[in-house]
Amino acid sequence: MIHSLFLINQSGDIFLEKHWKSVIGRSVCDYFFEAKEKAVDPENVAPVLQTPHHYLISILRGKLFFLSVIQTEVPPLFVIEFLHRVADTFQDYFGDCSEGVIKDNLVTVYELLEEMLDNGFPLATESNVLKEMIRPPTILRSVVNTLTGGSNVGDTLPTGQLSNIPWRRAGVKYTNNEAYFDVIEEIDAILDKSGTTVCAEIQGVIEACVRLTGMPDLTLSFMNPRLLDDVSFHPCVRFKRWESERVLSFIPPDGNFTLMTYHVSSQNLVAIPVYVKQNISFFETGPCGRLDITIGPKQTMGKTVEGLMVTIHMPKAVLSANLTATQGNYSYDLATKVLVWDIGKLNPQKLPNLRGSLSMQAGVPRPEENPSLNIELKIQQLAISGLKVSRLDMYGEKYKPFKGVKYVTKAGKFQVRT
Amino acid sequence: MFFLSILPLRHDDLKEMLDSNKDSLKLEAMKRIVAMIARGKNASDLFPAVVKNVACKNIEVKKLVYVYLVRYAEEQQDLALLSISTFQRGLKDPNQLIRASALRVLSSIRVTIIVPIMMLAIKEAASDMSPYVRKTAAHAIPKLYSLDPEQKDQLIEVIEKLLADKTTLVAGSVVMAFEEVCPERIDLIHKNYRKLCNLLIDVEEWGQVVIINMLTRYARTQFLNPNINVNDDEDEDEEEKEKKAEAMAMAKRKPYVMDPDHRLLLRNTKPLLQSRNAAVVMAVAQLYFHLAPKAEVGVIAKALVRLLRSHSEVQYVVLQNVATMTIKRRGMFEPYLKSFYIRSTDPTQIKVLKLEVLTNLANETNISTILREFQTYIKSMDKDFVAATIQAIGRCATNIGEVRDTCLNGLVQLLSNRDELVVAESVVVIKKLLQMQPEKHSDIIKHMAKLTDNIQVPMARASILWLIGEYCEHVPKIAPDVLRKMAKSFTNEEDIVKLQIINLAAKLYLTNSKQTKLLTQYVLNLAKYDQNYDIRDRARFIRQLIVPTEKSGALSKYAKKLFLALKPAPVLESPFKDRDHFQLGSLSHLLNAKAGGYQELPDWPEAAPDPSVRNVEVKESVRAVGTVTYRDTGALWVFQGPQKMEGSEESDSASGSESGSGSGEESGSGSASEESEEGSDSEEEEEEMEKDNKKKTKIEFKKQTIAPSSTVKSYELLHRITGEGLSVEYCFSRQPFSSDANMVAVQMQFTNNSTSETKSLHMEDVKLQSGMRVKEFAEIGERWVQLGLTFRYGVKLMCSTPYYTTLKFFVSIQPPVGELMQPVFLTENEFKKEQGQLMGMNEITEKLTLDINPPVLLPDCMVHRFAGRTVTSGSLVLVTVVTKDEGATQLTVNCEKMVIGTMLVKDILLALTQ
Repeated sequence: MIHSLFLINQSGDIFLEKHWKSVIGRSVCDYFFEAKEKAVDPENVAPVLQTPHHYLISILRGKLFFLSVIQTEVPPLFVIEFLHRVADTFQDYFGDCSEGVIKDNLVTVYELLEEMLDNGFPLATESNVLKEMIRPPTILRSVVNTLTGGSNVGDTLPTGQLSNIPWRRAGVKYTNNEAYFDVIEEIDAILDKSGTTVCAEIQGVIEACVRLTGMPDLTLSFMNPRLLDDVSFHPCVRFKRWESERVLSFIPPDGNFTLMTYHVSSQNLVAIPVYVKQNISFFETGPCGRLDITIGPKQTMGKTVEGLMVTIHMPKAVLSANLTATQGNYSYDLATKVLVWDIGKLNPQKLPNLRGSLSMQAGVPRPEENPSLNIELKIQQLAISGLKVSRLDMYGEKYKPFKGVKYVTKAGKFQVRT
Repeated sequence: MFFLSILPLRHDDLKEMLDSNKDSLKLEAMKRIVAMIARGKNASDLFPAVVKNVACKNIEVKKLVYVYLVRYAEEQQDLALLSISTFQRGLKDPNQLIRASALRVLSSIRVTIIVPIMMLAIKEAASDMSPYVRKTAAHAIPKLYSLDPEQKDQLIEVIEKLLADKTTLVAGSVVMAFEEVCPERIDLIHKNYRKLCNLLIDVEEWGQVVIINMLTRYARTQFLNPNINVNDDEDEDEEEKEKKAEAMAMAKRKPYVMDPDHRLLLRNTKPLLQSRNAAVVMAVAQLYFHLAPKAEVGVIAKALVRLLRSHSEVQYVVLQNVATMTIKRRGMFEPYLKSFYIRSTDPTQIKVLKLEVLTNLANETNISTILREFQTYIKSMDKDFVAATIQAIGRCATNIGEVRDTCLNGLVQLLSNRDELVVAESVVVIKKLLQMQPEKHSDIIKHMAKLTDNIQVPMARASILWLIGEYCEHVPKIAPDVLRKMAKSFTNEEDIVKLQIINLAAKLYLTNSKQTKLLTQYVLNLAKYDQNYDIRDRARFIRQLIVPTEKSGALSKYAKKLFLALKPAPVLESPFKDRDHFQLGSLSHLLNAKAGGYQELPDWPEAAPDPSVRNVEVKESVRAVGTVTYRDTGALWVFQGPQKMEGSEESDSASGSESGSGSGEESGSGSASEESEEGSDSEEEEEEMEKDNKKKTKIEFKKQTIAPSSTVKSYELLHRITGEGLSVEYCFSRQPFSSDANMVAVQMQFTNNSTSETKSLHMEDVKLQSGMRVKEFAEIGERWVQLGLTFRYGVKLMCSTPYYTTLKFFVSIQPPVGELMQPVFLTENEFKKEQGQLMGMNEITEKLTLDINPPVLLPDCMVHRFAGRTVTSGSLVLVTVVTKDEGATQLTVNCEKMVIGTMLVKDILLALTQ
């Protein structure tokens, strides 16, 4: 299936290659570079390219391209999903997935890739199994290893691969047993000029951090599971119980993992936490424009809106911005033409406002379209859909774990058209 | 690690380090070497030094050596052979993980000379105890195949063996091997089909994708099209409709019933739509799209829409597939219209695909919303996207007549846009739209004629010129003027524009030669000396055709007809049309071209192939054990499934004691047993007890009657282990026990799995509850021994039946109440009469809800009646099932014996609600 993998940085250098079958020369990447050149924007490179003898499937993660070479028919999503899994694993191991980090841990990366694929077919992709075979580097361990010649490769052989719950390693032990669940909801919305909602929906995810001794069997139930319209699960969740009882029953992996993602049924009206009053205009005569934005709270369920930030992609013709903000700071990047206004906490008594003038390149016709605003925000202690976890039960182990649930609402793809 | 990137050491130094005794130095050296490989540097000259360390004790050094070996073995074949013995040793290791890793590395070494060794290793590993090793063997199969395709036949044998494996660990990998080595051998799947369906949910996610894709193809060859009765498409041409009608006529004769195996596949894959893995979700979605009845395909829409939240690469692939699906099944995605709205931050390729989906989804009801949405897109800064939007508007306008004028007006407004690209694109689209109804729109044509002064994009200029030429009669005053202007700039135009100028000139010459004769001559002269031979050719050709000369042929008479013929309006259709002949989700579908190794999705068969090929003989494994001890071929029967056995019957004369608690007599004699042995000692003993049995046949309604189900379930009486080699199964054969009509026949089957011989099988100490009788085995002729039993009521029979002279086993038989009855035939009136007499205490009524009509019941009948008699006492048992709307069902049992009645009701309820 997957023949070879090349890691390529933004400037087009191949800094890692790995082949699972016979070696394929680097020159195959030239087709990709050509496409990249043509696409201008790196995110516009088609994920699947056809060359005379091979197919190239690539993903863009951070600023790196993961480029895989394929020779025969394979579902493209299979490869894409796998490449993302590789990137996730790096992220998990090294805390970051950047060129520097990968270069620093080249050998560990190579060992990981060796275990993840066999002859181009995925072998071990569960982080719990991999961590048993290849220990993630820590500063302490690398110092000790350098001095003693010890190794990062586990000397026990992985048992997780052999069991029918490959996501959990055996023999887990903790002195403090704890299980935390973060319910994170994101509002995706498009608002039009007048503030009416064009479309809005809530997507949620439950991130778990479980550190429990032994083989606990957990059951998580909700007060209002009917809210959940569409769900997808970590493989540990038992489908049957969800179907029949609407509870999440699972033997958790050890450590951090995404338990489920969900979509809130679209019949429910989505509460939009903020409103935006904006006026951006470019004058027909003279090289300037005006900008005036005010943000206020709308449906916040009595909570404070934090981490408020507005990002605007300005038209190419805008040279600079001369603005004043009543709260927070703004910055305008001349190269990328992105205006960022970092507001912070939203104070309902004194609404934040940004106004001023934009100077335009002379001689260029005024832009057709006003740029749209992308808004980021965060509300702690609130799941905007109203979803509530009712209880968490543990079976199979005797001790009493410490349990916790946290709710956060964020703006996902929240866009205001102007 | 710290000084890894400092100054690369010379190869000599590395060799020295590898030769040292210290593991830490070796490790350091190996790390540097692997880092070199990772960066793509050549390290092949270190091969001898590295390969020596293949047996190193340090596990990390060893692993890194493996990495090196696999990378360079192909280039250094001879040296690589040195390492082989290490792996061969590893293959024999008691630790399964070491065996697996040895096989993995061995099979990854691409050296042709070791093919026989690999073959042997794979064969051995395929029957390893550990499923993990067997999985590795499955992985090794494609490796060997790519190294030496000659081995195909042998590999297929291994694949066949591994396909029969029952563990989830192996399933995904072996199907992968199957797909790479012998995807055409669909016959290997038959026997494993049901098992694969049932294991699917527990297989790891990558294996799921491969299995689902393979099963999609399999199902296409084995089952019938579930949509054969449904009109598939809204817009089809006549011919297809006729075909459909024929097919429907055929189908009407034979109503479509889904094969239970087909249903099994659909049912077992559905929960996987909830997978976190996008590839799995897509695989299930394509399976449903290609295999499910039209009414059920809808479930996949929600899951696919969910994937749109994922990484942009995933979105890209999913949207391509959604675009294809929306053409065939638009209704399915209509509720999710808003999920395809475009954000300014989406990458252009995603925007264009979303636009495609929105266009496909447009219909009379939602078109106004979509057009409003399109209006905001037109103002986007992303000009490629704007151009795509304009085309989308054009397509909406052609597909939906009601909005054609609105769209046209909108597009005309765009003609005054400041961006030239936008204008050009609009012109091209308007041209296509105008072709549909030119009469009404002469002012638009006039407006466009004016644009020739400003617009520079060749395609747009060419479109305008074509329009004016084509409809010159609608704009008689402007057209010659445009030609005049164009003639002036002719030499500076692009080729496509020049061709259209010639075209325009020719058409004007034919319609309005008075004004344009000279102009045309001038243009044709210019064209005659053009650099491009296409243009020169065209000029020559047109001159001959339109300018009458003495020599001019017959054609010039028809010149006007030729040029001004009515041209069919262009069809604006989606580039995704007809892409669904590729299996969705595949690389070939994405590229719209066949990729190497792509397996065509076969068409549905006309008639379903034999479904029984998927039946698995449960006995198989037992038989395999049994063969070892098969020595006596003199035995009259061969061990077979119990259904096929002929029971010989014997009777007991005593008639079943009739009613209630009455007589507690035991009629069976204590242990009147015979030996089954004659001279030859067969190790295999079989015998049967036949028992009369049950089952209420349905008596009449309308014209049909239902025969009693022929499937006979067998129960285990004695397990092979507890029986020390002897296993006994019994079943109720449902055939009359000929010697005594009042007894129920029990058929027993004895299997000797041990090597010792069996003698003197008989029953001892039969403990019967009151009212029961047993007719024990008696020898007839050869080795048949039988037993007749009478049950009064279905209460538990305890019967200690030791079968060995030396060994005694205590066993018990407990019949289901249904086995104690036999069918009788009654007419409807008789039935009602009898029912009338068994009211009150003798009638038990239950209410239940049925999801679907159970297959036994004929769906079109609302009332089903079954009549039977208990075998022992001959008392009448009447069952009535009345089905009302939506599965609400009332079950009535009338029976003189209340105990039997209650038990029967319980059993029927259980059976129906399961």
